[in-house]
Parts: sequence; C-alpha cells; structure tokens
Amino acid sequence: MSILVGADTRLLLQGLGGAGRFHIDRSIAYGTEVVAATHPKRAGEVEPFEGEIDPSGVPGRAGGYRVELPIFATVRDAVAATGANASVVFVPPPFAADAIMEAAEAELELVVTITEGIPIQDMVKVKRYLEGRRTRLIGPNCPGVITPRACRIGIMPGYIHRPGRVGVVSRSGTLTYEAVKQLSDNGLGQSSAVGIGGDPVNGTSFVDVLRLFQDDPATEAVLMIGEIGGTAEEEAAAFMREHVRKPVAAFVAGTTAPPGKRMGHAGAIISGGAGTAAEKISALEGAGAVVALTPSDMGEAVLDAMRRAGLG
Amino acid sequence: MKIHEYQAKELLAARGADVPSGRVATTVEEAVAAVRPLVAETGNPVVVVKSQIHAGGRGKGRFLEHPELGGVNVVLDGLEGGVAATEEAVGALAERMLGSTLVTLQTGAGGKRVNRLYVEQGIEVAQELYLSVVLDRSSGQNLVMASVEGGTEIEEVAAQRPEAIHKALIDPAVGLLPFQAHALTYRLGLRDEAAASGRRFVTALAAAAVELDTDMVEINPLVVTGQGRVMALDAKVSFDKNALFRHPQLASLRDLSEEEPAEVEAAEYGLSFIKLSGTIGCLVNGAGLAMATMDTIKEVGGEPANFLDVGGGATVENVTAAFEIITRDPNVRGIFVNIFGGIMRCDTIATGVLQAVRNVGLQVPLVVRLEGTNVELGKRIIEEAELPGLVVADSMKDGAKAIVELAR
Repeated sequence: MSILVGADTRLLLQGLGGAGRFHIDRSIAYGTEVVAATHPKRAGEVEPFEGEIDPSGVPGRAGGYRVELPIFATVRDAVAATGANASVVFVPPPFAADAIMEAAEAELELVVTITEGIPIQDMVKVKRYLEGRRTRLIGPNCPGVITPRACRIGIMPGYIHRPGRVGVVSRSGTLTYEAVKQLSDNGLGQSSAVGIGGDPVNGTSFVDVLRLFQDDPATEAVLMIGEIGGTAEEEAAAFMREHVRKPVAAFVAGTTAPPGKRMGHAGAIISGGAGTAAEKISALEGAGAVVALTPSDMGEAVLDAMRRAGLG
Repeated sequence: MKIHEYQAKELLAARGADVPSGRVATTVEEAVAAVRPLVAETGNPVVVVKSQIHAGGRGKGRFLEHPELGGVNVVLDGLEGGVAATEEAVGALAERMLGSTLVTLQTGAGGKRVNRLYVEQGIEVAQELYLSVVLDRSSGQNLVMASVEGGTEIEEVAAQRPEAIHKALIDPAVGLLPFQAHALTYRLGLRDEAAASGRRFVTALAAAAVELDTDMVEINPLVVTGQGRVMALDAKVSFDKNALFRHPQLASLRDLSEEEPAEVEAAEYGLSFIKLSGTIGCLVNGAGLAMATMDTIKEVGGEPANFLDVGGGATVENVTAAFEIITRDPNVRGIFVNIFGGIMRCDTIATGVLQAVRNVGLQVPLVVRLEGTNVELGKRIIEEAELPGLVVADSMKDGAKAIVELAR
C-alpha cells in the first residue's frame, strides 16, 4: 500500500515540451505505466521513447525499454482510448489552469501539476472548479508524487528513494529530495513522498496528505517539511492534534531568513500571524511532532519520533 | 510588482473607484504648473503635495536633508492668498522634496530618494476607513477586508481588535455580490449617500483587483468626505508577476529606480535573489533548499551573503549570471553551490559554474555540492575541469562546513 499513486496508476502526460518529454522519459524508465500524451496539433501521432531502465524503479525489469506513446487531441480522447486515470501537467503557465480543468472535466482521479508560475487568479478559478469533482490536484509548482519501486510522477530523482514506511510531505521541491536522501541514508524507506507545491493556492494541503498517511496501513511515521510564510503548518498542527496517531517529525525551512522582505502588507492579517518559523515550530511541537531544528537533522528527527512511539 | 500611488489611483479611477483629482510632477516647474488647472477643476484652493516612493508611512516620514519636513504636505496658503500663493508654496515644497531622501518606517534607515511628487486636491475628510483586497490562502479566494480603523496599520487592528475587521470572500464564479457590498458598507456605519457611494467603491475595487491580477490592493485611508462621497485618499497596489504577461499595459508603470539593482538584474535571468549582509555567497535551486542552505551555513558558524534560487528551468546562461551577481558583492569570501537536481539537471549547473568561473575568474574559494538528476555527468564535468580552489562536497552540511572553513 501507499498513497495517491501505485502500480495501478495509468499516467497521461499533458504538455509534451522539453521538460515534459525529459521527465516523462525518466518516469517510463522508472517503470511508471505511462499510457498517453495530449498535444493540440499532433493527435494521431506517436512519440517514441527508448533508453536503459532505471534500476531504482519498478523491480523485475532489465535491459532497455522502447515505448511509442500515443498522442491525443483532448484528455477525454486519451482517457477513452487508454483508460488513463492520472495526469501530469507540464503545460506552460498561461495555459496550465485550463489543462488542469480539462483533466478534471474528464474525471481523472489525480492531476499532478509541475508547472511553476501560474497566475494566482487562475488557481483561484481552478480551486473553485474542482469543488465537488472527483479529481485531486497535487501542486502546482511541485516536484510530484512517488511511491518507491512502484510509480514516479513528476520531476524528482528516482534513485534517492527506497521503499519503506515513512510518508513524506513537503511544500518545497528540492528540500524534499534532501529529506528523502537523509531518510534513505539512515535506512528509512518511504511509503510515498508528496510535494504539495510552494504556491499560495494549491490543490492539496498538508492536512489532506496527513489524513491520507494516517489512513494508509503501509505508513508508520510521517516527515513533514514546511517553510516560512502562510499558515499551512499551523493548520497541519491543529489537525495532527485531533486526528494523527502516527509519529510525526517536522522541519521548517527559513529559521534564519531575515524578516526584511515584506510579505504583502495585509497578507498575514487574515491568518492572524506573521508566519514565522518560530511560530510554526512551536505549533508543531505543541501537536506532538519532533521538530528538527537544522536541515541536516531531518532523518534523525524521524528516528527519534519513531523511537518515542515505540517503533524501530 | 509595485507601483506608485498616483498610478494606482489612475488605474482604479478608470475602473469606477472614486479618487481625488491630481497631477504628477518630476520637476519643480511641473509641480507649480499643476496647481492652477487643479484648483480650477476642483474649485478648492487647498492642495496636498505627496512624495511618490514605493514605501508606506510617508506622512509620518521625515526627509534626511530637511528633518522638519514630512513626506506629505498640505498647502493652505491659497485660502487667503489665492492661487498665486498656492503656486509659490508648492514650488518651495517641491524644491526641498524632489531629490531629497525620505525615511519612513518601511524604507529602512537609508530612506528612499523622492523623484516624483503628486499634487492632489485637498479633501475635507469626515471619516477615515480601511479597505483592501488580498488573497486568503486558506479558502483560495480573494478576500475583501474593511474596517472603521482607517489611517492606522491594519496589523495593529488585527492584533488588538480583530472584531473590527469585516470580511467578505469573492467567489470567482460570480464576483463580489451586491449583498456583500451592502453588508460591508453597512457594518462600516455608512448610511444614505455615503452608503451608495461606498457600495460603488467596494464593488469597483473588488472587480479591479481580479481584472488586474493584483497581489494586493490596499486603500488606507478610504475616506468619507463632508459631502458623503467615498473615495481613496491613498492607494497601494501590487501585481502578481506571473500574470503580467496578460497585462502588457502595466509594464510601463514599473519604476526601476525604486528597486534594488542586483535584484532587478537577477529577475531578468529568472533568478530569485535577495542580498544579505554575510560573507558566504549561495547558489541553490529551489526556495526551500535555499533557505535550508542558509540555515545550515549559520548552523556551522557562517553568515550567508545572499539568498539565491536559480529556479527549475535555469540554463547555462542563467547560472553564469547568478555567479556574476554573487561575485560582484565585495563582502563575499566564499561561494557555496548547493544543487539537488530534479527538473534542474546537474550537468547544466556544472557547465554553468565552469563557464562563469572562466568569464569572471575565481577570486574566492568555491564549494560545489551536486546531487540528483544527471549527478554523475555533472560531477564528471566539474572533476575533468580540474579547477584549483574548487572543492566538491557530498552533503549540504559537509559543503557548508567546508566553505565556512575556507572563507575564514
């Protein structure tokens, strides 16, 4: 078991540009079931991929791969022909919101949006459009989701991951890789790792992912990586207090960041706090999380949280 | 992207929000010339001369060169001396304000040079209110906030009397609805003429915020005049930079003289750069890892000279520019490149770093830590270059330790 993605995920690529092509190729090499791509002008064509399989990916494979990915004009066409149930969006920022809503209209279960720089008002519309629909959006501006040795969707380097029982959730991309590598180096594998993205309006929150990890039998402990700004960490802490029974370790980036840069005059008001690292750390500790005070201690903090819970 | 008060007012007025009449001036002559048509238009002999800088607190601010002089000045001379007296007084003020340095609570001690003035009609203020439109992250919708506590910092109101802030979420499907505009103005205590004027203002402001893709619109104070007109006495507007592509007309409103030159240059290369006061230059991919790198440098006894996120889509050219911007800071005694490649490929970073070193020369120690996508290729590129003074580290903490040691 795992959350969000696994061996039954059938992935569609939206955005067959340079980055989209490079990273979908890495996902194919990892062993992800990639079934289709959409492109407004290339319907009916195929996009060829070939290379050496990624030995850190789905086990039981060897040698090379050769895939001819069918291209469709619309998401609906792709779903009808291939049974795709998830998509990854690499569409450029001006068109990305539309791509997400097209995927939701086609009732995909999961849409992972990598695109960085989508206008905030576009995401405000997307969030409203998704209400009452079955589609879960991860991102935007996120590294994606991975279940080690089963399915990689996004841009994360696959080889740092190990299968295991720690769920990872983070607002940051590269800092997630840093955390995952520390876990793997400490002998702690991951059930799934989820990057929820750094944008102010996103599809899935810390709370959503904590709920999924709490309900996932394969996850024994959680590492949550936040950063300064907003109140997502405080909301996660409030949820943990009530609903999370598994050990949680956390890190908040930006402890030493200078307050100099104003973060939108009135922006912090609504939330009733300034979004400092100190406030977030105290909220998380108050909810029972073991907080790593430096980024190099994230792996150790997870071990500590598990020991306190009588695990490991 | 921030703009000046007078620009914000022009944008809002064009969208149906009431603002006082005024004229912008960059010279003493322009300031004087603004007086006569303004007085003729409004019939009011009182004018206000306002410094235009990208920082708040101008009224309470003081000029470095003229400590007795505030950033916003009301000229009453016309009440008795007629328009000629107003012209003379405005000219004298403009002489002292233009080119001088205004220090406010938001500018820092160094202050900001005043290059533009706004000469505006005087307004008889019956009541000062507060109104803003910002993003509410929890709901993912735009939020209108209104308060009778105009003229004061809204942060103070939120901390001391949160119940004094009235809120309405803007549903993107339908926009701000009439009942919401009514409820907000009713709670502000507006009645009769002022209520109708207030509803028009709130509705126009909410629509403008969405149409213009603002990060924030803040009207503080929003005033009710003696005649029951609701209008913006001040206006602060900033835009979502990711949406500027669909507002080409806004580009001309940018005032580069108000921005840190290194940060402007960095932004042109897609880099997110903030100058700090330490000695260790940082080049990192991803905002979270960049902050964590700064945290780690401090942890091992160093001080970061900057925050620099090269982003995910950086090219060799961008990395070169990043390197040049970092090395231009004379405080930098060592550089730490910390890359965990996802969308960013390590070979791109490696090539960029080497090219930058060739272009600008390596005057200080350099520690490079590479991990992630194409890491083997990236490391090989660095190692084959055999650059003296370049150390390769295996982890963030090892790299931070190494550079802090080398920079001593």
